[in-house]
Amino acid sequence: MSSAELFQGGLDLLAVALLALGIKGLSKIRSARAANQLAATAMAMAVVGLLVSTQPTAVTWFWIAGGTAVGGALGMLTARLVPMTAMPETVALFNGCGGLSSLLVALGVLLAAEGDGLTPSLLVLVSIGFSIVVGAVTCTGSVVAMGKLQGWLPTPGWMLSRWRHGCNIALATVVLLAAVLTAGGSGDALWPLVISASLLGIGLTLPIGGADMPVVISLLNSYSGVAAAAAGFVVGQRLLIVAGAMVGAAGLILTQVMCTGMNRSLPAVLFGGALGSASTGSKGSGEYTNITSCSAEECALTLEAAERVVVVPGYGLAVAQAQHTLREVARLLEKHGVTVTYAIHPVAGRMPGHMNVLLAEADVPYEQLKEMDVINPEFPATDVVLVLGANDVVNPQAKTDPDSPLYGMPVLDVQEARTVFVVKRGMNAGYSGIKNDLFEHPNTSMVFGDAKQVLGNILGELKILGVGQL
Amino acid sequence: MDGFQEQLWVLLLGSLLGFELIGKVPPTLHTPLMSGANAISGITMLAALTLITRAGENTLLLILGSLALGFALFNVVGGFLVTDRMLTMFRSNRKRPGGSQ
Repeated sequence: MSSAELFQGGLDLLAVALLALGIKGLSKIRSARAANQLAATAMAMAVVGLLVSTQPTAVTWFWIAGGTAVGGALGMLTARLVPMTAMPETVALFNGCGGLSSLLVALGVLLAAEGDGLTPSLLVLVSIGFSIVVGAVTCTGSVVAMGKLQGWLPTPGWMLSRWRHGCNIALATVVLLAAVLTAGGSGDALWPLVISASLLGIGLTLPIGGADMPVVISLLNSYSGVAAAAAGFVVGQRLLIVAGAMVGAAGLILTQVMCTGMNRSLPAVLFGGALGSASTGSKGSGEYTNITSCSAEECALTLEAAERVVVVPGYGLAVAQAQHTLREVARLLEKHGVTVTYAIHPVAGRMPGHMNVLLAEADVPYEQLKEMDVINPEFPATDVVLVLGANDVVNPQAKTDPDSPLYGMPVLDVQEARTVFVVKRGMNAGYSGIKNDLFEHPNTSMVFGDAKQVLGNILGELKILGVGQL
Repeated sequence: MDGFQEQLWVLLLGSLLGFELIGKVPPTLHTPLMSGANAISGITMLAALTLITRAGENTLLLILGSLALGFALFNVVGGFLVTDRMLTMFRSNRKRPGGSQ
């Protein structure tokens, strides 16, 4: 073993240790940022080790530099420019590219062997087939997930029927056949394999409803780890296998945690179709009949007289970019002696933890963010609940109506509070398309308007009232 | 076969490690953790690099490898930076900025 190879081996070992510490550290707030940097350093070390031991030629350097410059620069730009509200889509996009990379590597290794007139060993061929399938499913699945979150991709009607299962089973069969043929050394099956696996990724993701998309992204994240491990088998690199396996396993756990938070089982998410799809026919019958609405002025007066206020932020708040105005309102109320806390549903925003990030962006101290289990018993002793752009997570149907598609999902019991204000642009249905009984509750008043505008008006009224001023 | 068996051991131990590492994650960190783990899965860039270095003069392979490297790096660089961006926000919240971090 040459000294360069020994050097690489040592760096790889160190990199594995640092990656493991990185993943561990990412699960604690105190250490998360350092852990992330640690993991990044570990990756850089592994690259250095590889380059030192292989000593690329000038031509090789050219192609390495090209891929690095374009990919790195685009990654940097995307990470800088993307708004925090679009985080789930961004993770999906990155994830899809990771999957695509595994797919391309496997393709390249197979084509290289064919070019040299060699047949790779059976185990390598099996790894290649596996890598292509998982990589392709991860890639197209992530792109579809991103498109659905962005609202670019609607779900075609037939995708919600039982046809899709037949369609996916047929595709899966083609994938399996082609994978077996490829592993058997038949080059003709290669392109059918790539195409059918890509279509399978689309077919599996497209029927899943937007509300379940975070779970899908988390699962795809796990897949991309598996794809990386498969690529490790293909090129015979242990570091890829370890890192891929760690990400794959960690991703599975995270997916499970998310499913628990939404009270959805993984099979239900994957094969049950879109949440609320069953009620598409009843859209017309879900009219609201008994709605009370009020002005921002009344809302401000009630807030001023309250002792305990709980804010329930939802994705609508983030879309309206109203976190900062909300923070101002909370600041005035706190100065006035009102206790303000924020009730964070496990899937508030578009992804678990997404709302925490968005509120952190607006300088809300995370000590004031209360998890659902902590805040739910406190609602009966709460004077005012301010629901901002949240809908399904405060729908009492989830507890009272066994026929509702939301039934069983843990929700925030805001209707227990003395007064509930729901700030909403209009009476359209929530993300899941399900009617919300909370809006007809006697304690509930709707404040119609854009969250930022309404909060701005409330802020103005509070200032007129002299709240929080010395 | 020996190499393959060893790789299977690595796969097994790596998976067990992954299961152990993520024990109790506060919901606040779900999104950053997902995006951080996602960045690590871009480790395929090493395989892409290997593909390029083994390609020799084969232009098709060089292009494939370079594309694979580009996509993987997009995943890695973007993933780590965006995670850092999110985590910076949590830190700026702390009562004592510039504390032991």
